[in-house]
Amino acid sequence: MLIDTVFFYAFALLTLGGGILTITRRNAVHSAIWLIVSLLGVAGLYLQLHAEFLFAVQIVLYVGGIMVLFLFVIMLVNLDQAAKERQFNRQWTIALAAVAAVGVEIGYFFYRGQDSFRLSTAAVPAPTVGNVEMLADSLFRDYLLPFEIASILLLVAIVGSVVMAKKRI
Amino acid sequence: MHPITTVHYLALSAALLLIGTIGVLTRRNIVIILMSIELILNAVNINLVAFSHAAGQVYGQIFAIFVIVDAVAEAAVGLGILIALFRNKETVLADEIDLLKW
Repeated sequence: MLIDTVFFYAFALLTLGGGILTITRRNAVHSAIWLIVSLLGVAGLYLQLHAEFLFAVQIVLYVGGIMVLFLFVIMLVNLDQAAKERQFNRQWTIALAAVAAVGVEIGYFFYRGQDSFRLSTAAVPAPTVGNVEMLADSLFRDYLLPFEIASILLLVAIVGSVVMAKKRI
Repeated sequence: MHPITTVHYLALSAALLLIGTIGVLTRRNIVIILMSIELILNAVNINLVAFSHAAGQVYGQIFAIFVIVDAVAEAAVGLGILIALFRNKETVLADEIDLLKW
């Protein structure tokens, strides 16, 4: 139990620290590197929650795919000019006040509704098959139509990004 | 030390959501705004997986997979728009793009 706690706080530190550094760095490449650290922390949390398939997907897809895409675009778009200018817009005080209000709201919600989050963990039987097997069963049986719709969404995204990024079609 | 419960994960996810929201609302660089959106979507995923673990079922993880698919599509289209924008306006700062402002 103790080692679980230690790992949770380590991954939480990785996630939140990486997130804070992502939104405060001046250089966009540094931001991208810190975002990778944050995403790896989230992957560790998935592993702690016994979601092994999502752990693998997080590393392969996010860290290996999306972040390479981000770095590729950062290299393609000239950011030297932007790095020299002001990094935060003029409405940042209002934005911080609004976010603080939402944070207080969420904190109050946790404080009042804490008991309803304590789901009965004792009643849950230990899974007899692996995580990937359960996910595949559920994904290809109960959620087959949403799965196909997701593939159409990806097709639309491919066509859309080509149309956007190409000079002349 | 207390054992880690679902509430811990929810608090962590709320903190990550707020960090991402601050990034979206205050930064001027569009690339970093898109990265902040990724942070927000990851906060949602932590919530879904934590509840899935607490309920002892796998459906929350299925939802998390669909959220990841959405995040991929959003990143691809958003970065495509960014490249088109940079070709026409030569800027990546969100408050300098005011073509539709009267």
